[in-house]
Amino acid sequence: MFPAVKLPDGFVNWLAHRGWALRPHQARVLAAAGQGRNVLLIAPTGGGKTLAGFLPSLVELQARGRGGLHTLYVSPLKALAADIARNLVAPVSEIGLDIAIETRTGDTSAERRRRQREAPPDILLTTPESLAVLVAGADAPSMFAGLRRVVIDEVHALAGTKRGDQLALCLARLSVLAPDSRRIGLSATIAHRDAIAAYVAPDARPDGVALVEATGGAAPEIGMILPDGRLPWAGHMGLFSAPDILARIRDARTTIVFVNTRAQAELLFQELWKLNTDTLPIAIHHGSLEMEQRLRVEAAMAEGKLRAVVATSSLDLGIDWGGVDQVLQVGAPKGVSRLLQRVGRANHRMDEPSRAILVPANRFEVLECEAAILGVAANELDGDPPRPGGLDVLAQHLLGLACSAPFLPDDVFAEIRRAAPYAALTRRDFDDVLGFVENGGYALAAYDRYRKLFRDSEGRVHVMNERVARQHRMNIGTIVEEPLLKVRYRGGALLGEVEEYFANMLTPGDTFMFAGRLLRFLRLRETVLEVADGGTGEPKVPAYAGGRMPLTTNLADRVRRMLSDPGTWGAFPEPVREWLALQRGVSRLPGPHDLLVETFPRGDRFYLVAYCFEGRNAHQTLGMLLTRRMERAGFQPLGFVATDYVLGIWSARPPHDIAALFDQDMLGDDLEAWMAESSMLRRTFRNVAVISGLIERQHPGAEKTRRQVLVNSDLIYDVLRRHQPDHILLRATRADAAGGLTDVARIALMLARAKGRVRHMALSRVSPLAVPVLLEIGRESVRNGEGDDALLAEAEAALVAEATGEADPPPFIQTDRPKPARDRRQGRLLV
Amino acid sequence: MSAAPVHLAGERLMLDPEGGLFWPARRVLAVADLHLEKGSAAAVRGSLLPPWDTRATLDRLAGLLRRYRPERVVALGDSFHDDRGAQRLLAADQARLAAMTASFRFVWVRGNHDPSPPEGVGGESCAEFRLDGLCFRHEAKPGPALGELCGHHHPKAAIPTGGTVVSRPCFVFDHRRLMLPALGAYTGGLDIRDHAIASLFPRGGRVFLLGRQRLFSFAFAASRPAPAPA
Repeated sequence: MFPAVKLPDGFVNWLAHRGWALRPHQARVLAAAGQGRNVLLIAPTGGGKTLAGFLPSLVELQARGRGGLHTLYVSPLKALAADIARNLVAPVSEIGLDIAIETRTGDTSAERRRRQREAPPDILLTTPESLAVLVAGADAPSMFAGLRRVVIDEVHALAGTKRGDQLALCLARLSVLAPDSRRIGLSATIAHRDAIAAYVAPDARPDGVALVEATGGAAPEIGMILPDGRLPWAGHMGLFSAPDILARIRDARTTIVFVNTRAQAELLFQELWKLNTDTLPIAIHHGSLEMEQRLRVEAAMAEGKLRAVVATSSLDLGIDWGGVDQVLQVGAPKGVSRLLQRVGRANHRMDEPSRAILVPANRFEVLECEAAILGVAANELDGDPPRPGGLDVLAQHLLGLACSAPFLPDDVFAEIRRAAPYAALTRRDFDDVLGFVENGGYALAAYDRYRKLFRDSEGRVHVMNERVARQHRMNIGTIVEEPLLKVRYRGGALLGEVEEYFANMLTPGDTFMFAGRLLRFLRLRETVLEVADGGTGEPKVPAYAGGRMPLTTNLADRVRRMLSDPGTWGAFPEPVREWLALQRGVSRLPGPHDLLVETFPRGDRFYLVAYCFEGRNAHQTLGMLLTRRMERAGFQPLGFVATDYVLGIWSARPPHDIAALFDQDMLGDDLEAWMAESSMLRRTFRNVAVISGLIERQHPGAEKTRRQVLVNSDLIYDVLRRHQPDHILLRATRADAAGGLTDVARIALMLARAKGRVRHMALSRVSPLAVPVLLEIGRESVRNGEGDDALLAEAEAALVAEATGEADPPPFIQTDRPKPARDRRQGRLLV
Repeated sequence: MSAAPVHLAGERLMLDPEGGLFWPARRVLAVADLHLEKGSAAAVRGSLLPPWDTRATLDRLAGLLRRYRPERVVALGDSFHDDRGAQRLLAADQARLAAMTASFRFVWVRGNHDPSPPEGVGGESCAEFRLDGLCFRHEAKPGPALGELCGHHHPKAAIPTGGTVVSRPCFVFDHRRLMLPALGAYTGGLDIRDHAIASLFPRGGRVFLLGRQRLFSFAFAASRPAPAPA
């Protein structure tokens, strides 16, 4: 396809000395790059991607010699940038190249950053955030003028995220500053390759990008282990499999035990250590642990000092640990692509198969694991295509551009549309975003004297003053921290962070599991939970919002197909086959194209169970809509519960006319109203408000004083929604939510599919397939704005019942707790 | 909307679910911590927040005025977010506020955010306001005080219920003292378990959480000293 490029002698000798040869895909990248093409390389982990990405640069630099910034490498992870730097230095010195390689991340010292601006290295390794800071600098044009190559690592993990949006905008700017520069994108195997190629393209068009794919590679070997004897009906933690998991850890050299949530990581870690009589070195790693702790675990892993680490998605990406020879996935795999990503963390060599074992936590997960294994075998990649770029990120970027140099809106609009996430950006949205940055963009022209941008007589946009630019630099970035509370040993080390709701539920003396320890809660000081080791009683486990991924559509379809076809049941263990056969006897099995809905009485309640298979988030939305409709129909719904497969609703009166309940018009009447009130939309707005620069980011250390001037984003949301519902930030919020709410699209498709095919089974009692969801009742809590009043009324009634001797005292507010955190979102006032 | 009655120093007071208090015997409406022009105060510092907070707060106030038709309105301090707030009022808001103070007798109790009397909006200003057995002030005076109405702390309470925690602005009451929630559209809250609030109600009392249609009432126990600091 591409004419072979002759590798300079120094490189050939180096490879020969190492006993290596250039792999075909590496040679093809070199050839395509040599022709001046932009390249997307798709290769599994261990495919020598990084070397492929840098080879063209190294060859060119050997010819050019020193002379300013030649290659920019961008990675989503700071650690990756540092690791790559280390790994590049060896071949560079062995080949005898004179090349300056440096990293620049949030951790780089101010002194070094200044030096990098004055005398940039030949190769600079950085992150999207640090690049955005460089692009917003007044010296950006001179710094990047000589740039020839941009290497984008882990493109698949960036495209479709806000960090990816920010990077795409910066890349568009780099193409203006350095029109001769070319891009090389490095990606894992992905479902939507055209979208990723478009992301790499300088004009958002995938066809101009040279696509190089590493072929071959051994297929992964994936197995499943089931616990002896029993197979649980419900639960997602998989703790009963701890003995089997420990046995597998013992049999392998190094294992990553992937789980789905941080709470699961804590629980499983404790369970493993209860059994770990050999004291195998087993560690824990998740996103809420203190960075120091995580780095220590990663270092120990790299040095081969650990036998296993229990990890969440915090280890999905990251540096290559050659020693990992086994991956366990405990709990539902959720998607084929995600599973492959995790499996690929074992055995980073292309020619040997990665070994992985799935450990389902309940019956439905057995079906899902089997479906995932088949999906991997069929290479049926899944996942959603990247969503359009966020308007909040655009707002941040426009202010950054103005800080760098005055610009003409027409030019910048054209530039931005060349970034794939913004290829479909309308002029109206662009102008409104610019208007927002300029003076807030409010219908009420109240803020003219506080504007941040002004236009000169030729229409060029300038930043108002240095203070605005300074504020902007403090706000760069698209990662918005949740308002979290630190966990710290009294007078000692920081352990990590928990959400505020969790702190609200703790009383001094309570025990909780965190950072792999059992901790006793002492008290809360400002935003810090003080703890000590030990404690007695049933430990609590902190949970985190948004921690759970929904099941992908592909996998859900596979599960549904397997359920409806007894011919495939041979792959299942005996208890699962019995369970499904029993279901077929007393009710029916969900078909591939219909919607099975069961109703049955139990106690003094009436239950409705719908087998939708659309993922937990979609089921929650559907539950909210259905209960509203049942309310109007007079069925008096009392609550609902959602799993990845099933929605269950209970009511005081028997529901009837089931098919009508699932009519498609459901999405019209209540969705808008519910969405606007939902906590999901409020959370989305908060992120949009921070990223767009509407409210200031909180910086550690400055929190105390800052808190006094912050305003709760919920309050801003309420005011804005009422007075300017079409404001650009609300449009940005709804667009983001719709992206996160692919579940609404899933509901719409499901309702359309089910039209005329709702199979209603009126049963006299609970069916075998309905048992798991009923067991979830009480474990899940669902809340929205309106529901809160009902919850308060419930709590109040419970207290009245207690006072009149009709009930046992339930727990309620106690003032002898140490003071809780002031709501950091809320921002306390000067008092 | 249904208001809840409480008795303070022998006077019957009605607590409104919107966050105001009405004293029927003397036809007094009390509100706390309006923080008018908090939005523009943020804009001065570079955060261009939606500029309708004053309008939203005045909407709430207007609703209370319509519902109770008071003879007198007592604003318990921090009515403006800062001393220059009254000067930043948009013309429409200024006219609206002036119309209110022309129709009702307004008493602006001074607070720490607005230590000077507001200019150009009418009404009278004082450090604290007394009528019969009741005393209206911005910040509670520590120690036992019979018949004190105060604001300042923006109380809110968190109630664990249904597997979650619901947090709302609230009144705090112990038959001697009544603390009002903040009425301002951009005002946050401080949890009643915070020492600053809890120490003012050493024998416990009741909280009344604001709801859509009514208040939700809960008892809270006397505060015990927190564990000794390290």
